[in-house]
Amino acid sequence: MSIASTQKKGFGAILWDYLTTVDHKKIGNMYLACGAFFFILGGIEALIIRIQLIKPENDFISAGLYNEMITMHGTTMIFFAAMPMLLGFMNAIMPLQIGARDVAFPFLNSLGFWLFFLGGILMNLSWFLGGAPDAGWTAYAPLSTQSPGHGMDFYVMGLQLSGAGTLMGGINFLVTIVTMRGPGMTYMRMPLFSWTTFIASILILFAFPAFTVALFLLQFDRMFGSAFFDIALGGNSIIWQHLFWIFGHPEVYILILPAFGIFSEIFATFSKKRLFGYTSMVFATFLIAFLGFMVWAHHMFTVGLGPVANSIFAVGTMAIAVPTGIKIFNWLATMWGGNIRMSASMLWALGFIPSFTIGGMTGVMLGASTADFQYHDTYFVIAHFHYVIVGGVVFGILAGLQYWWPKMFGKVLHEGMGKIAFWLFFIGFHLTFFIQHFLGLMGMPRRYWVFLENQGLDTGNLISTIGAFFMAAGSIVFVINIIYTHTKAEKATNDPWGSGRTLEWAISSPAPEYNFKQLPLVRGLDPYWIEKMDGNDKMTPAEPVNDIHMPNGSILPLVITIGFFIASLGFIYQVDNKAWLIVLFTGMVIAIGSMLIRSLKDDHGHHIHKEDLEKEAD
Amino acid sequence: MSQDFSLNPEIQDPAKATHEGKNKYIGLWFFLGGETVLFASLFATYLSLRNSTAGGPSSQDLFGLELVFVMTILLLTSSLTSVYAIYHMKNHDFKKMQLWFGITALLGLGFLGFEIYEFTHYITDYGFTFRSSAFGSAFYTLVGFHGGHVVFGLSWLIALMVRNAKRGLSLYNAPKYNTFAIYWHFIDVVWVFIFTVVYLMGMVS
Repeated sequence: MSIASTQKKGFGAILWDYLTTVDHKKIGNMYLACGAFFFILGGIEALIIRIQLIKPENDFISAGLYNEMITMHGTTMIFFAAMPMLLGFMNAIMPLQIGARDVAFPFLNSLGFWLFFLGGILMNLSWFLGGAPDAGWTAYAPLSTQSPGHGMDFYVMGLQLSGAGTLMGGINFLVTIVTMRGPGMTYMRMPLFSWTTFIASILILFAFPAFTVALFLLQFDRMFGSAFFDIALGGNSIIWQHLFWIFGHPEVYILILPAFGIFSEIFATFSKKRLFGYTSMVFATFLIAFLGFMVWAHHMFTVGLGPVANSIFAVGTMAIAVPTGIKIFNWLATMWGGNIRMSASMLWALGFIPSFTIGGMTGVMLGASTADFQYHDTYFVIAHFHYVIVGGVVFGILAGLQYWWPKMFGKVLHEGMGKIAFWLFFIGFHLTFFIQHFLGLMGMPRRYWVFLENQGLDTGNLISTIGAFFMAAGSIVFVINIIYTHTKAEKATNDPWGSGRTLEWAISSPAPEYNFKQLPLVRGLDPYWIEKMDGNDKMTPAEPVNDIHMPNGSILPLVITIGFFIASLGFIYQVDNKAWLIVLFTGMVIAIGSMLIRSLKDDHGHHIHKEDLEKEAD
Repeated sequence: MSQDFSLNPEIQDPAKATHEGKNKYIGLWFFLGGETVLFASLFATYLSLRNSTAGGPSSQDLFGLELVFVMTILLLTSSLTSVYAIYHMKNHDFKKMQLWFGITALLGLGFLGFEIYEFTHYITDYGFTFRSSAFGSAFYTLVGFHGGHVVFGLSWLIALMVRNAKRGLSLYNAPKYNTFAIYWHFIDVVWVFIFTVVYLMGMVS
């Protein structure tokens, strides 16, 4: 940062810088910005759903548009809002936490980002090109193969692009953590957010390919006339459900584990205590990830897999409550006897514990396979997964924004406004979703466009809609806070919370381009805290000042992605007119051609020289 | 001022001598972990649809072990020749490495030729296509994904060999050759499973 930012740059130069950057911090910022954009889109879709359900037999939107809204709300929030924002934190923070100067594959990192972003754009283009996907975010066959128009084609291609991007991100983080931990940073000294990044990346690696295959099968059925889900030709639509949930269940742990990591950092920092049960936290995370692969069929209890299969998956599902319970108690014990400071990010973390625990409890209820026949596809399920995903993941993302904002953007978000945003969102969240448990138990099915009056559902739905507007208000206060902070606030110090424990707080805010002028020597868990306790105000360097090797920026990741984007449009429209095959091949030539250029052109990177480094302050 | 990528005789394994080389090596192994799940999903799909012939030809009608035997031998041998190539890379003998990789590419092309022949044979002689039954869709998708991986691997290898033909071995390109070789072994292993699950099991059941 500091070398570049001393020279004033024009808008064009800044734009070009971001389009070509391979710096993990800038990519992290872009992930966050684009994730926030999609979060707002998904939020507006949620509000439209709630307005439609504000009263019985409402006709705010048509039934078809309602189907598009629920599909796009779910898909956008999971794939284009929650995941990218978490990947943004992983990019921006994890290398700093483990004492690395960069990620292992900076070029791949940039490619992963662009694939995610253009995948999201592609899918949302469907709004303007004849209608959005409308078969639900789970896209069950044969509904998804029979859905008319091109909506589901955009779903397939959009997710295929962004899924490939996420897979690249996962591999990149894994290799970064395996090979690039700084001097003294052993695995069992890694901060918990880095640990959860590592384990979530393992989940990404083993879960996403199953989804890739599912999407290919759907793509082939819709676009090339294959018969995977066509019963008449011997197909079997349950294959989709299995493949989708073999991916889909680990996916919720891909979302929640990094959020757990964020909360672990916040609890330790604002309790001024070492995280209680660090080792058990790491093993609990592993156990959750492992069990997460064994329970996909609990989404399919009513399919008819038989009592033996249902029982096994029920037991597996309930077993996950054990490691999760370990984590909850470890967080409580971290605060026990700690010197607690009620900052805005700590409020989010505190709000998370009861909210997530309620979601976990309803999870165990849903895991009881016999009872699930009653809950299946009702608002009880909606309430359950919003309690874990909003109460866990979204709280985690907002807490992480509040906590790491100074490290990422150099300014401390206003605490008072942060707290107002929390309270509005927290109250709104429980108002929206708590009542939905009861709506579900009273038999209100999910995904229905309208409900009838005088069935005891009127008041509950009204309350739920009011709650949604509170959440919107909380989000708006959060955005105002960001704008306010960037016009008013002072530049943040290295360690704005005063009780930072991990390596990222030992360097300037925001971090310089090369992260660490000299790689720090890590002497234990919470290395910066150890130095502070020994009376040092900074880390002990593990090397003399030397030339730092940096990767070169490149426009190729964007060009490759644009190629695949064009090819996707070709795939979608060649069904109508074979002339679109030209578009398909053009896109593929652009994409594969740029990959070939990347492979054949030597790129040795560049160095930041010792003399320039010595001129800079720490 | 760029890094020094030239070989010196003390380097044992040029593929893993640099930090970037190690990253590529470990990254490829993780990637193959993901690929395993990809093929496992395709195998599972195939296994559940392999008897769904919708009145069309079944696996017993179609498969002939002679052809598949030749294909298997070609691909397994190509894996062996890539091992020789890597052996010569570790001895810093660029010419012999290129030679053995060239043989690998020829064997791979031979395999691909037989596969294209096999597919056209099924389509023209039996009317067994991607669209004719769920079995057809599953068969062409599983075997076709493997074939696609072979095409990608061959393009990768040929691009590497042409690009570096006049430059010789360096610490910059050695990791690229090495990751290709591991990828090629993986494709070979997948074929062993296809040979067993698709062809052998298709002949007996």
